Amino acid sequence: QHNMLDSSDAIARSGSNPFQHLEKSAVLQEARIFNETPINPRRCLHILTKIIYLLNQGEHFGTTEATEAFFAMTRLFQSNDVSCHLLIKSVLTVSLLNSFMVFYSLTKDMTGKEDVYRGPAIRALCRITDTTMLQAIERYMKQAIVDKVPSVSSSALVSSLHMVKMSYDVVKRWVNEAQEAASSDNIMVQYHALGLLYHLRKNDRLAVTKMLNKFTKSGLKSPFAYCMLIRIASKLLDETEGGHDSPLFDFIESCLRNKNEMVVYEAASAIVHMPNCTARELAPAVSVLQLFCSSPKAALRYAAVRTLNKVAMKHPSAVTACNLDLENLITDSNRSIATLAITTLLKTGSESSVDRLMKQISSFVSEISDEFKVVVVQAISALCQKYPRKHSVMMNFLSNMLRDDGGFEYKRAIVDCIISIIEENPESKETGLAHLCEFIEDCEHTVLATKILHLLGKEGPRTPQPSKYIRFIFNRVVLESEAVRAAAVSALAKFGAQNDDLLPSVLVLMQRCMMDSDDEVRDRATFYMNVLQQKQKALNAAYIFNGLSVSIPGLEKSLHQYTLEPSEKPFDMKSVPLATTPITEPKTEIAPVATSKLPEKLARSRQDIYQEQLAAIPEFQSLGPLFKSSEPVQLTEAETEYVVRCVKHTFARHMVFQFDCTNTLNDQLLQKVVVQMEPSEAYEVIHYIPAPSLPYSQPGSCYSLVRLPDDDPTAVSCTFSCTMKYLVRDCDPNTGEPDDDGYDDEYVLEDLEVTVADHIQKILKPNFGAAWDEVGDEFEKEETFALASVRTLDEAVGNIISFLGMQPCERSDKVPENKNSHVLFLAGVFRGGHDVLVRARLALADGVTMQVTVRSSEETVVDVILASVG
Amino acid sequence: MDSTSLEPSLYTVKAIFILDNDGNRLLSKYYDPELYPSMKEQKNFERNVFNKTHKADNEIAFLEGMTIVYKSSIDLFFYVVGSAQENELMLMSVLNCMFESLSHILRKNVERRCLLDNMEGVFLVVDEIIDGGVILESDPQQVLQKVNYRADENPLTEQSVAQVLQSAKEQIKWSILK
Repeated sequence: QHNMLDSSDAIARSGSNPFQHLEKSAVLQEARIFNETPINPRRCLHILTKIIYLLNQGEHFGTTEATEAFFAMTRLFQSNDVSCHLLIKSVLTVSLLNSFMVFYSLTKDMTGKEDVYRGPAIRALCRITDTTMLQAIERYMKQAIVDKVPSVSSSALVSSLHMVKMSYDVVKRWVNEAQEAASSDNIMVQYHALGLLYHLRKNDRLAVTKMLNKFTKSGLKSPFAYCMLIRIASKLLDETEGGHDSPLFDFIESCLRNKNEMVVYEAASAIVHMPNCTARELAPAVSVLQLFCSSPKAALRYAAVRTLNKVAMKHPSAVTACNLDLENLITDSNRSIATLAITTLLKTGSESSVDRLMKQISSFVSEISDEFKVVVVQAISALCQKYPRKHSVMMNFLSNMLRDDGGFEYKRAIVDCIISIIEENPESKETGLAHLCEFIEDCEHTVLATKILHLLGKEGPRTPQPSKYIRFIFNRVVLESEAVRAAAVSALAKFGAQNDDLLPSVLVLMQRCMMDSDDEVRDRATFYMNVLQQKQKALNAAYIFNGLSVSIPGLEKSLHQYTLEPSEKPFDMKSVPLATTPITEPKTEIAPVATSKLPEKLARSRQDIYQEQLAAIPEFQSLGPLFKSSEPVQLTEAETEYVVRCVKHTFARHMVFQFDCTNTLNDQLLQKVVVQMEPSEAYEVIHYIPAPSLPYSQPGSCYSLVRLPDDDPTAVSCTFSCTMKYLVRDCDPNTGEPDDDGYDDEYVLEDLEVTVADHIQKILKPNFGAAWDEVGDEFEKEETFALASVRTLDEAVGNIISFLGMQPCERSDKVPENKNSHVLFLAGVFRGGHDVLVRARLALADGVTMQVTVRSSEETVVDVILASVG
Repeated sequence: MDSTSLEPSLYTVKAIFILDNDGNRLLSKYYDPELYPSMKEQKNFERNVFNKTHKADNEIAFLEGMTIVYKSSIDLFFYVVGSAQENELMLMSVLNCMFESLSHILRKNVERRCLLDNMEGVFLVVDEIIDGGVILESDPQQVLQKVNYRADENPLTEQSVAQVLQSAKEQIKWSILK
């Protein structure tokens, strides 16, 4: 019975859709009436509509079949029916049809007397035109931009904007017309003119600033234009580092008092998104958002609470004033608004309200979209950092969420959150691991399963009862895909290496894995089996706990090179550039954003890119692999004539200094640019590679090659005084055409320092203890220092890390609160490929006392480190 | 990350679509060529949006990294899509303008059958409101003036009484089955 109803329902409804069963061929057949005389506008109109409908449903018209029908369509321009004209233009915009006839007819419409035709004709024409044709209609376009009919002017402006991508040089010539249009009385023309002007000038800071000054003073009528101005102003503010003590900020703030809500919200949002806003600067923005929270319009409430959520991430105290308004929103029928309100309250509220809010949110968490579930998880993650004592409540909540349905991003957020709780709170480790074990029993996401297995391998062996994890891990070997099985084998090996009493059983399990159907799993099992059977701590440390530390793309390239040039020598692992440790990103919370859509791929590290760039320069090819590249160092003040920054590249026996220079003067062309360097120590500059030419605002690089002192390996620091030398050719700022001859000139840069950190590459040792034993105490040295000027342990830790440029291990860069002693573990590789490990015991009492113990496989390295610390 | 401020630009709207109450596309326009380039992705997206929005009339939603404002009328759903950073009120002004303009040319009968019968007018209205993602006009009066379209130009006598009855019958049946 029910089925019958359904089908009759379907028939009824399909009967009511005149376009339901359109056949492309039939429609094209019908289109022949376009050729009939006299033209019947009503029927033609109907057929045109059918064609658009088909195009809109995704129907594709082949070139030959379309040409005929569309060519006939051009006859319809002879008709006087308004809709007919307009619709043809609509077809054109979707089908990108191009023919002389169309071009001619549209040009006629565009310049004709009938105003209704003109706007659409311009838009359609620009859609099908190319750069050469555009020049043919340039005169008309200029006239149209300043036409007194708003729809014509708007159409011309917007079309010009679309054309900028393709024909920047042509459209650029219409700036004056656009300028004139900007003072139009019509609000849309104003907005479109502003948009086009900004787009044409956005690379010219000065022009943008001028334009902004003019419009903020004259005042615009269009709220859209105001929003645009606010965005331009905040972008300019963002680029000028420094305070918000500027007319631009005042302008944005004044927009908070605009009478249009759209403008007010735009201004508030702009202020909230500014980096380094003070609480005082935020206050007026927060109070308008607070008002919006009680708006009857859902979109406005949503916008307000989303922006407040943003504020709460950095300035929770600024939002506490809105707590009452937010409380009213937690039962909002729009679940997105409710979720945002609750997660905001979680950030601003007190510890006591956490339980209540969590309960509220769990009542509807299943109704909200994955994007917002992720927001909830991130709020919990932030909360755990703020109130560590609440971690058991949170953990419970998270494990329930983990059991619910949800997509990959959502699950990943939960897993990441649990992992960070485990890392922050040692006492939650066992419960957390137990939840994760349960999760991988039924987990469809390979990435998450391998991640958790890796974590189990790292943390599990060091728990009081490691044996209970073995079962979960081995289940994976039996049940899962190859990638997960391989990860499980690696995790098992870590248990065997750490726990002697588990070793026999692990070996038995390994033996079974050696019969796996996948070769990667078999290879891993065989490898670990053999390493484990040696029962040597050093081997375990090097091959099981702390894996390879080379860059994978680098290794691939080196191996390829090795196979191309066969040699007697075995492949040297030290010739491979090291992997730069991923910079641990500061934990940022992401409000609902689009990041989830991007496919994840292995991004090449910055250093791999440098390696490739430098290898392309013949002079640097004999230097060996790139060991380390520093962060860029600014050698000029901001906003000077030339902007120069330097990246220091360290090789085994040399350093290459890469100077990235930008010429900010539009009336100069610089040529043969070099940076001359005068070293203070026994460093020797052996080669300069100039940048051949530096036109206005196009960055270029020049290089200096320096040999490090061979005889004194302890000379790790040096100061260079730098001068940029070049040939200046004055040029016409408008055309960029340079004069025939030039003159030599120079420009003094700031001094450049090379320090011990430039010689050490960071390496993460996941198991520092094992690595410490592996290096051994053959060259161990120890010394005690007093850091009199340092007041806190945190500060001391930060200083040591940045001074030595080494990688903190075992999360020892985080000093627990209320402690007056701390141990910092640092790992790195010294230039030349020697592992170096530092253990620094810090004690706080009237300044900080530091006992530094250094181990390395090479004695001089130990000396260098201690000498430079002293 | 959405902390990166929005690049000032006129390109505000990423897509517009009108669905019927089974989630079928009646009209849709995608203005950002990078967003769902294929028809399959577009229809998937529309399906997903429809599933998440057709039950509750909530006006605004956030899906697949995009802000979506929407409105329903009888058996029609109107959607305007913008980036996560876009000013929600700007998107709302587009939605309102579209709805009011259509409501006028459909003589307040904003429902599926009437929309389909006046499809040419609908296409024209949308083209006058958005051009390539830029808001061209936000005032319904201006849009109507530019489109210059009137529903049912032919007098009623031309439409057979049977047809009207048929259409009415269907609408009644439909409202019962709903």
